[in-house]
Amino acid sequence: MEPGFHTLQEFMTHTKGIAYLLIGVALVALPLFWRFLSGRDDKQKTF
Amino acid sequence: MAQPTPRANTLFTPFNVVTGIILLIGGIVTILRFTKGLGAVTNLDDNNPWGIWIGFDLLCGVALAAGGYVTCAACYIFGLKKFRVAVRPAILTALLGYALVVLALHYDVGRPWRLPFPIFFSQGTSSLLFEVALCVFLYLSVLFLEFTPAAFEWLHWKRARYIIGKISLVLVIFGIILSTLHQSSLGALFLIVPSKLHPLWHSGYLAVYFFISSIFAGMAMVIFEHAIVDRFLHDEIDEEHDIESNNVALGFAKAASFLMMGYLMIQVIGIAIDNDWHHLGTRWGLWYLVEMVGFVGLPAVVYAIGVREQNIKLLQWTSGWVVLGIILNRLNVSLVAFNWQLPLDQRYFPNFPEIMTTVFIVTIGVVLFKWIATRMPVLHVHPDYPDDH
Repeated sequence: MEPGFHTLQEFMTHTKGIAYLLIGVALVALPLFWRFLSGRDDKQKTF
Repeated sequence: MAQPTPRANTLFTPFNVVTGIILLIGGIVTILRFTKGLGAVTNLDDNNPWGIWIGFDLLCGVALAAGGYVTCAACYIFGLKKFRVAVRPAILTALLGYALVVLALHYDVGRPWRLPFPIFFSQGTSSLLFEVALCVFLYLSVLFLEFTPAAFEWLHWKRARYIIGKISLVLVIFGIILSTLHQSSLGALFLIVPSKLHPLWHSGYLAVYFFISSIFAGMAMVIFEHAIVDRFLHDEIDEEHDIESNNVALGFAKAASFLMMGYLMIQVIGIAIDNDWHHLGTRWGLWYLVEMVGFVGLPAVVYAIGVREQNIKLLQWTSGWVVLGIILNRLNVSLVAFNWQLPLDQRYFPNFPEIMTTVFIVTIGVVLFKWIATRMPVLHVHPDYPDDH
Protein backbone atom coordinates (compact mmCIF):
# COMPACT_ATOMS: atom_id res chain seq x y z
CA MET A 1 0.00 0.00 0.00
CA GLU A 2 1.24 3.47 -0.86
CA PRO A 3 2.08 5.87 1.99
CA GLY A 4 -0.78 8.25 2.75
CA PHE A 5 -3.43 5.62 2.20
CA HIS A 6 -4.78 3.60 5.13
CA THR A 7 -7.01 1.18 3.27
CA LEU A 8 -7.27 -0.35 -0.19
CA GLN A 9 -10.62 1.47 -0.47
CA GLU A 10 -8.88 4.85 -0.07
CA PHE A 11 -6.19 3.92 -2.59
CA MET A 12 -8.69 2.70 -5.17
CA THR A 13 -11.00 5.67 -4.71
CA HIS A 14 -8.07 8.05 -5.23
CA THR A 15 -6.49 6.32 -8.25
CA LYS A 16 -9.76 5.48 -9.96
CA GLY A 17 -10.99 9.02 -9.43
CA ILE A 18 -7.89 10.48 -11.11
CA ALA A 19 -8.10 7.87 -13.90
CA TYR A 20 -11.74 8.74 -14.64
CA LEU A 21 -10.90 12.44 -14.79
CA LEU A 22 -8.07 11.67 -17.23
CA ILE A 23 -10.39 9.55 -19.36
CA GLY A 24 -12.72 12.56 -19.50
CA VAL A 25 -9.81 14.74 -20.63
CA ALA A 26 -8.89 12.12 -23.27
CA LEU A 27 -12.47 11.98 -24.56
CA VAL A 28 -12.38 15.72 -25.14
CA ALA A 29 -8.76 16.01 -26.30
CA LEU A 30 -8.67 13.17 -28.83
CA PRO A 31 -11.59 14.44 -30.99
CA LEU A 32 -10.02 17.91 -30.92
CA PHE A 33 -6.70 16.43 -32.06
CA TRP A 34 -8.53 14.55 -34.80
CA ARG A 35 -10.06 17.83 -35.96
CA PHE A 36 -6.59 19.36 -36.08
CA LEU A 37 -5.28 16.31 -37.96
CA SER A 38 -8.10 16.36 -40.50
CA GLY A 39 -8.53 20.13 -40.69
CA ARG A 40 -7.04 20.51 -44.15
CA ASP A 41 -8.85 17.42 -45.53
CA ASP A 42 -12.25 19.06 -45.24
CA LYS A 43 -11.15 22.15 -47.11
CA GLN A 44 -10.08 20.07 -50.10
CA LYS A 45 -13.58 18.63 -50.55
CA THR A 46 -15.36 20.13 -53.52
CA PHE A 47 -18.76 18.54 -53.00
CA MET B 1 9.38 1.01 -64.08
CA ALA B 2 12.21 3.48 -64.47
CA GLN B 3 15.00 2.54 -66.85
CA PRO B 4 17.69 0.72 -64.87
CA THR B 5 21.00 2.50 -64.74
CA PRO B 6 24.09 0.44 -65.66
CA ARG B 7 25.55 -1.13 -62.56
CA ALA B 8 29.24 -1.17 -61.75
CA ASN B 9 30.61 -4.55 -62.74
CA THR B 10 32.70 -5.09 -59.63
CA LEU B 11 32.30 -7.02 -56.43
CA PHE B 12 34.20 -4.46 -54.40
CA THR B 13 31.54 -1.78 -53.99
CA PRO B 14 31.46 0.04 -50.62
CA PHE B 15 28.21 -1.81 -49.74
CA ASN B 16 29.73 -5.21 -50.52
CA VAL B 17 32.98 -4.52 -48.65
CA VAL B 18 31.23 -3.32 -45.47
CA THR B 19 28.72 -6.18 -45.70
CA GLY B 20 31.50 -8.69 -46.23
CA ILE B 21 33.41 -7.50 -43.15
CA ILE B 22 30.26 -7.64 -41.00
CA LEU B 23 29.37 -11.12 -42.27
CA LEU B 24 32.94 -12.33 -41.59
CA ILE B 25 32.92 -11.04 -38.00
CA GLY B 26 29.39 -12.41 -37.53
CA GLY B 27 30.50 -15.80 -38.80
CA ILE B 28 33.39 -15.93 -36.32
CA VAL B 29 31.10 -14.92 -33.42
CA THR B 30 28.57 -17.55 -34.54
CA ILE B 31 31.21 -20.29 -34.40
CA LEU B 32 32.31 -19.08 -30.94
CA ARG B 33 28.70 -18.95 -29.68
CA PHE B 34 27.83 -22.47 -30.76
CA THR B 35 31.12 -24.06 -29.74
CA LYS B 36 32.04 -22.19 -26.54
CA GLY B 37 28.59 -21.23 -25.23
CA LEU B 38 26.89 -18.01 -24.12
CA GLY B 39 29.58 -17.10 -21.57
CA ALA B 40 32.24 -16.79 -24.27
CA VAL B 41 30.41 -14.17 -26.32
CA THR B 42 27.94 -12.39 -24.00
CA ASN B 43 27.78 -10.38 -20.78
CA LEU B 44 24.67 -12.27 -19.68
CA ASP B 45 24.47 -13.59 -16.13
CA ASP B 46 21.89 -14.86 -13.64
CA ASN B 47 20.63 -11.33 -12.96
CA ASN B 48 20.44 -10.45 -16.64
CA PRO B 49 19.49 -13.58 -18.59
CA TRP B 50 18.06 -11.61 -21.52
CA GLY B 51 20.34 -9.21 -23.40
CA ILE B 52 20.14 -7.33 -26.68
CA TRP B 53 19.48 -10.51 -28.64
CA ILE B 54 16.07 -10.53 -26.94
CA GLY B 55 15.68 -6.78 -26.25
CA PHE B 56 16.65 -5.62 -29.73
CA ASP B 57 16.60 -8.53 -32.17
CA LEU B 58 13.40 -10.09 -30.87
CA LEU B 59 11.29 -7.34 -29.28
CA CYS B 60 12.25 -4.56 -31.72
CA GLY B 61 12.27 -7.02 -34.64
CA VAL B 62 8.72 -8.15 -33.96
CA ALA B 63 7.44 -4.61 -33.34
CA LEU B 64 9.01 -3.20 -36.50
CA ALA B 65 7.76 -6.16 -38.55
CA ALA B 66 4.21 -5.19 -37.62
CA GLY B 67 3.93 -3.29 -40.91
CA GLY B 68 2.94 -6.60 -42.51
CA TYR B 69 -0.26 -7.18 -40.60
CA VAL B 70 -1.11 -3.46 -40.35
CA THR B 71 -0.86 -2.95 -44.11
CA CYS B 72 -2.76 -6.17 -44.87
CA ALA B 73 -5.50 -5.16 -42.43
CA ALA B 74 -5.78 -1.67 -43.95
CA CYS B 75 -5.86 -2.96 -47.51
CA TYR B 76 -7.85 -6.22 -47.33
CA ILE B 77 -9.97 -5.93 -44.16
CA PHE B 78 -10.76 -2.20 -44.12
CA GLY B 79 -10.87 -2.08 -47.93
CA LEU B 80 -8.41 0.80 -48.30
CA LYS B 81 -7.14 -0.34 -51.69
CA LYS B 82 -4.94 2.71 -52.11
CA PHE B 83 -2.52 1.01 -49.71
CA ARG B 84 -2.06 -2.07 -51.90
CA VAL B 85 1.29 -0.89 -53.29
CA ALA B 86 2.66 -1.08 -49.74
CA VAL B 87 1.48 -4.65 -49.12
CA ARG B 88 4.29 -6.63 -50.74
CA PRO B 89 7.19 -4.55 -49.38
CA ALA B 90 5.56 -4.71 -45.93
CA ILE B 91 5.05 -8.48 -46.13
CA LEU B 92 8.63 -8.98 -47.29
CA THR B 93 9.91 -6.85 -44.40
CA ALA B 94 7.73 -8.77 -41.96
CA LEU B 95 8.82 -12.15 -43.38
CA LEU B 96 12.51 -11.25 -43.13
CA GLY B 97 11.96 -9.61 -39.73
CA TYR B 98 10.32 -12.70 -38.24
CA ALA B 99 12.79 -15.09 -39.89
CA LEU B 100 15.64 -13.10 -38.33
CA VAL B 101 13.84 -13.05 -34.98
CA VAL B 102 13.89 -16.86 -35.07
CA LEU B 103 17.55 -16.80 -36.12
CA ALA B 104 18.41 -14.46 -33.22
CA LEU B 105 16.48 -16.71 -30.87
CA HIS B 106 18.78 -19.58 -31.86
CA TYR B 107 21.77 -17.58 -30.65
CA ASP B 108 20.08 -16.90 -27.32
CA VAL B 109 18.54 -20.31 -26.69
CA GLY B 110 21.13 -22.55 -28.36
CA ARG B 111 20.67 -26.16 -29.49
CA PRO B 112 18.77 -25.26 -32.68
CA TRP B 113 17.79 -28.87 -33.35
CA ARG B 114 15.41 -28.64 -30.38
CA LEU B 115 13.47 -25.72 -31.87
CA PRO B 116 10.39 -27.86 -32.74
CA PHE B 117 10.13 -29.16 -29.15
CA PRO B 118 7.88 -26.43 -27.66
CA ILE B 119 5.41 -26.84 -30.52
CA PHE B 120 5.36 -30.59 -31.21
CA PHE B 121 6.73 -32.45 -28.19
CA SER B 122 6.54 -30.54 -24.91
CA GLN B 123 3.92 -27.81 -24.95
CA GLY B 124 3.97 -25.48 -21.94
CA THR B 125 0.41 -24.37 -22.47
CA SER B 126 0.29 -22.27 -19.29
CA SER B 127 3.26 -20.16 -20.42
CA LEU B 128 3.09 -16.91 -22.36
CA LEU B 129 6.33 -17.93 -24.03
CA PHE B 130 4.54 -20.97 -25.48
CA GLU B 131 1.88 -18.69 -26.94
CA VAL B 132 4.57 -16.41 -28.39
CA ALA B 133 6.46 -19.39 -29.82
CA LEU B 134 3.30 -20.87 -31.36
CA CYS B 135 2.22 -17.53 -32.84
CA VAL B 136 5.67 -16.77 -34.27
CA PHE B 137 5.90 -20.27 -35.75
CA LEU B 138 2.45 -20.01 -37.33
CA TYR B 139 2.78 -16.37 -38.39
CA LEU B 140 6.16 -16.98 -40.03
CA SER B 141 4.52 -19.80 -42.01
CA VAL B 142 1.61 -17.49 -42.93
CA LEU B 143 4.00 -14.71 -44.00
CA PHE B 144 5.92 -17.18 -46.15
CA LEU B 145 2.68 -18.21 -47.87
CA GLU B 146 1.57 -14.57 -48.20
CA PHE B 147 4.81 -13.74 -49.97
CA THR B 148 4.79 -16.73 -52.32
CA PRO B 149 2.66 -14.98 -55.03
CA ALA B 150 5.61 -12.66 -55.72
CA ALA B 151 7.99 -15.62 -55.90
CA PHE B 152 5.60 -17.59 -58.13
CA GLU B 153 5.20 -14.62 -60.48
CA TRP B 154 8.98 -14.34 -60.67
CA LEU B 155 9.29 -18.08 -61.37
CA HIS B 156 6.35 -17.99 -63.84
CA TRP B 157 4.53 -20.71 -61.88
CA LYS B 158 1.06 -19.63 -62.96
CA ARG B 159 -0.89 -22.58 -61.51
CA ALA B 160 0.66 -22.20 -58.05
CA ARG B 161 0.13 -18.43 -58.23
CA TYR B 162 -3.54 -18.98 -59.03
CA ILE B 163 -4.08 -21.42 -56.13
CA ILE B 164 -2.33 -19.25 -53.52
CA GLY B 165 -4.30 -16.24 -54.76
CA LYS B 166 -7.53 -18.06 -53.87
CA ILE B 167 -6.59 -18.45 -50.19
CA SER B 168 -4.90 -15.08 -49.71
CA LEU B 169 -7.79 -13.53 -47.73
CA VAL B 170 -7.82 -16.46 -45.29
CA LEU B 171 -4.08 -16.05 -44.82
CA VAL B 172 -4.46 -12.32 -44.21
CA ILE B 173 -7.13 -12.83 -41.56
CA PHE B 174 -5.13 -15.60 -39.86
CA GLY B 175 -2.02 -13.40 -39.92
CA ILE B 176 -3.83 -10.49 -38.26
CA ILE B 177 -5.22 -12.73 -35.52
CA LEU B 178 -1.79 -14.21 -34.80
CA SER B 179 -0.15 -10.77 -34.74
CA THR B 180 -2.76 -9.41 -32.34
CA LEU B 181 -2.03 -12.33 -30.03
CA HIS B 182 1.74 -12.32 -29.88
CA GLN B 183 2.41 -8.58 -30.16
CA SER B 184 0.49 -8.13 -26.92
CA SER B 185 1.90 -11.30 -25.33
CA LEU B 186 5.44 -10.00 -25.71
CA GLY B 187 4.46 -7.12 -23.43
CA ALA B 188 2.59 -9.43 -21.11
CA LEU B 189 5.81 -11.43 -20.61
CA PHE B 190 7.06 -8.62 -18.39
CA LEU B 191 4.01 -8.72 -16.10
CA ILE B 192 5.85 -11.44 -14.18
CA VAL B 193 8.63 -9.07 -13.03
CA PRO B 194 6.94 -6.20 -11.12
CA SER B 195 9.85 -6.02 -8.68
CA LYS B 196 12.53 -5.94 -11.39
CA LEU B 197 11.01 -3.59 -13.95
CA HIS B 198 10.76 0.08 -12.96
CA PRO B 199 7.16 1.03 -12.00
CA LEU B 200 6.95 3.66 -14.75
CA TRP B 201 7.44 0.96 -17.38
CA HIS B 202 5.69 -1.86 -15.53
CA SER B 203 1.92 -1.72 -15.74
CA GLY B 204 -1.05 -4.04 -15.84
CA TYR B 205 -1.61 -2.59 -19.32
CA LEU B 206 1.78 -3.67 -20.71
CA ALA B 207 0.12 -6.02 -23.19
CA VAL B 208 -2.09 -3.17 -24.45
CA TYR B 209 0.91 -0.81 -24.67
CA PHE B 210 2.88 -3.32 -26.73
CA PHE B 211 -0.02 -4.03 -29.06
CA ILE B 212 -0.96 -0.40 -29.73
CA SER B 213 2.65 0.69 -30.12
CA SER B 214 3.21 -2.15 -32.60
CA ILE B 215 0.48 -0.72 -34.85
CA PHE B 216 2.03 2.72 -35.19
CA ALA B 217 5.52 1.15 -35.28
CA GLY B 218 4.42 -0.88 -38.29
CA MET B 219 2.99 2.19 -40.01
CA ALA B 220 6.12 4.23 -39.33
CA MET B 221 8.28 1.38 -40.59
CA VAL B 222 6.33 1.17 -43.87
CA ILE B 223 6.84 4.92 -44.50
CA PHE B 224 10.50 4.86 -43.40
CA GLU B 225 11.27 1.75 -45.44
CA HIS B 226 9.82 3.31 -48.57
CA ALA B 227 12.06 6.35 -48.05
CA ILE B 228 15.10 4.06 -47.86
CA VAL B 229 14.00 1.97 -50.86
CA ASP B 230 13.28 5.13 -52.86
CA ARG B 231 16.81 6.32 -52.13
CA PHE B 232 18.74 3.11 -52.84
CA LEU B 233 16.52 0.93 -55.06
CA HIS B 234 14.73 3.61 -57.04
CA ASP B 235 15.22 1.72 -60.33
CA GLU B 236 13.03 -1.11 -59.07
CA ILE B 237 10.03 1.13 -58.29
CA ASP B 238 7.38 1.53 -60.97
CA GLU B 239 5.29 4.63 -61.56
CA GLU B 240 2.22 3.38 -59.66
CA HIS B 241 4.29 2.62 -56.55
CA ASP B 242 6.03 5.97 -56.84
CA ILE B 243 2.76 7.93 -56.90
CA GLU B 244 0.69 5.81 -54.52
CA SER B 245 3.45 5.66 -51.89
CA ASN B 246 2.72 9.32 -51.11
CA ASN B 247 -0.90 8.41 -50.34
CA VAL B 248 0.34 5.54 -48.18
CA ALA B 249 2.61 7.92 -46.27
CA LEU B 250 -0.20 10.45 -45.74
CA GLY B 251 -2.75 7.82 -44.69
CA PHE B 252 -0.46 5.90 -42.36
CA ALA B 253 1.03 9.04 -40.83
CA LYS B 254 -2.44 10.34 -40.04
CA ALA B 255 -3.49 7.08 -38.42
CA ALA B 256 -0.16 6.75 -36.57
CA SER B 257 -0.38 10.31 -35.25
CA PHE B 258 -3.83 9.70 -33.77
CA LEU B 259 -2.81 6.33 -32.35
CA MET B 260 0.30 7.80 -30.76
CA MET B 261 -1.79 10.43 -29.01
CA GLY B 262 -4.11 7.68 -27.76
CA TYR B 263 -1.10 5.64 -26.65
CA LEU B 264 0.25 8.65 -24.75
CA MET B 265 -3.08 9.06 -22.98
CA ILE B 266 -3.36 5.44 -21.89
CA GLN B 267 0.22 5.66 -20.61
CA VAL B 268 -0.83 8.61 -18.42
CA ILE B 269 -3.93 6.73 -17.29
CA GLY B 270 -1.67 3.75 -16.47
CA ILE B 271 0.42 5.98 -14.22
CA ALA B 272 -2.74 7.24 -12.51
CA ILE B 273 -4.08 3.70 -11.94
CA ASP B 274 -0.81 2.60 -10.29
CA ASN B 275 -0.33 6.00 -8.56
CA ASP B 276 3.21 6.28 -9.93
CA TRP B 277 3.24 10.09 -10.14
CA HIS B 278 6.00 10.47 -7.56
CA HIS B 279 8.42 8.54 -9.81
CA LEU B 280 8.16 11.24 -12.47
CA GLY B 281 10.25 13.61 -10.31
CA THR B 282 13.21 11.21 -10.25
CA ARG B 283 15.96 10.64 -12.84
CA TRP B 284 14.07 7.56 -14.03
CA GLY B 285 11.03 9.79 -14.42
CA LEU B 286 13.04 12.18 -16.59
CA TRP B 287 14.13 9.27 -18.81
CA TYR B 288 10.51 8.11 -19.01
CA LEU B 289 9.42 11.59 -20.05
CA VAL B 290 12.17 11.68 -22.70
CA GLU B 291 10.66 8.50 -24.16
CA MET B 292 7.02 9.57 -23.89
CA VAL B 293 7.29 13.25 -24.81
CA GLY B 294 10.37 13.12 -27.03
CA PHE B 295 9.59 9.94 -28.95
CA VAL B 296 5.77 9.69 -28.81
CA GLY B 297 4.12 13.07 -28.16
CA LEU B 298 6.39 15.26 -30.29
CA PRO B 299 6.53 12.95 -33.32
CA ALA B 300 2.73 12.63 -33.15
CA VAL B 301 2.42 16.42 -33.42
CA VAL B 302 5.05 16.59 -36.20
CA TYR B 303 3.20 13.81 -38.05
CA ALA B 304 -0.01 15.88 -37.75
CA ILE B 305 1.76 18.96 -39.12
CA GLY B 306 3.25 16.87 -41.96
CA VAL B 307 -0.20 15.48 -42.83
CA ARG B 308 -1.78 18.94 -42.80
CA GLU B 309 1.01 20.38 -44.95
CA GLN B 310 1.19 17.19 -47.09
CA ASN B 311 4.95 17.28 -46.55
CA ILE B 312 6.15 13.77 -47.45
CA LYS B 313 9.79 14.43 -46.57
CA LEU B 314 8.77 15.54 -43.09
CA LEU B 315 6.65 12.40 -42.68
CA GLN B 316 9.57 10.20 -43.74
CA TRP B 317 11.98 11.83 -41.28
CA THR B 318 9.35 11.62 -38.55
CA SER B 319 8.89 7.93 -39.30
CA GLY B 320 12.59 7.37 -38.63
CA TRP B 321 12.08 9.25 -35.36
CA VAL B 322 9.14 7.00 -34.42
CA VAL B 323 11.11 3.86 -35.29
CA LEU B 324 13.88 5.07 -32.95
CA GLY B 325 11.21 5.69 -30.29
CA ILE B 326 9.92 2.12 -30.55
CA ILE B 327 13.45 0.75 -30.28
CA LEU B 328 13.98 2.96 -27.22
CA ASN B 329 10.74 1.73 -25.64
CA ARG B 330 11.52 -1.95 -26.15
CA LEU B 331 15.08 -1.52 -24.89
CA ASN B 332 13.82 0.42 -21.86
CA VAL B 333 11.37 -2.32 -20.93
CA SER B 334 13.74 -5.22 -21.50
CA LEU B 335 17.12 -3.77 -20.53
CA VAL B 336 17.40 -0.18 -19.29
CA ALA B 337 14.59 -0.10 -16.73
CA PHE B 338 14.99 -3.80 -16.02
CA ASN B 339 16.89 -4.58 -12.79
CA TRP B 340 16.86 -0.83 -12.15
CA GLN B 341 17.52 -1.33 -8.43
CA LEU B 342 20.77 -3.23 -8.93
CA PRO B 343 24.08 -1.40 -8.37
CA LEU B 344 25.73 -0.18 -11.57
CA ASP B 345 28.47 -2.83 -11.58
CA GLN B 346 25.82 -5.58 -11.66
CA ARG B 347 23.86 -4.01 -14.50
CA TYR B 348 23.99 -5.48 -18.00
CA PHE B 349 25.71 -3.86 -20.93
CA PRO B 350 26.21 -5.78 -24.18
CA ASN B 351 29.78 -6.63 -25.18
CA PHE B 352 31.34 -6.40 -28.65
CA PRO B 353 30.42 -9.92 -29.87
CA GLU B 354 26.79 -9.43 -28.80
CA ILE B 355 26.55 -6.13 -30.65
CA MET B 356 28.28 -7.61 -33.71
CA THR B 357 25.86 -10.54 -33.73
CA THR B 358 22.96 -8.08 -33.81
CA VAL B 359 24.61 -6.05 -36.59
CA PHE B 360 25.30 -9.34 -38.42
CA ILE B 361 21.65 -10.38 -38.23
CA VAL B 362 20.37 -6.97 -39.35
CA THR B 363 22.87 -7.05 -42.24
CA ILE B 364 21.59 -10.46 -43.35
CA GLY B 365 18.10 -8.90 -43.47
CA VAL B 366 19.27 -5.95 -45.56
CA VAL B 367 21.15 -8.19 -48.00
CA LEU B 368 18.18 -10.56 -48.38
CA PHE B 369 15.74 -7.65 -48.88
CA LYS B 370 17.97 -6.19 -51.58
CA TRP B 371 18.41 -9.57 -53.28
CA ILE B 372 14.67 -10.27 -53.34
CA ALA B 373 13.51 -6.73 -54.19
CA THR B 374 15.88 -6.53 -57.17
CA ARG B 375 14.54 -9.79 -58.61
CA MET B 376 10.91 -10.36 -57.65
CA PRO B 377 7.90 -8.09 -58.29
CA VAL B 378 7.87 -6.43 -54.88
CA LEU B 379 8.32 -2.76 -55.73
CA HIS B 380 6.75 -3.02 -59.16
CA VAL B 381 3.83 -4.84 -60.77
CA HIS B 382 4.57 -8.00 -62.74
CA PRO B 383 3.46 -7.39 -66.36
CA ASP B 384 1.44 -10.67 -66.38
CA TYR B 385 -0.57 -9.61 -63.30
CA PRO B 386 -1.27 -5.89 -63.75
CA ASP B 387 -4.48 -5.81 -61.67
CA ASP B 388 -3.74 -8.55 -59.18
CA HIS B 389 -0.91 -7.14 -57.12
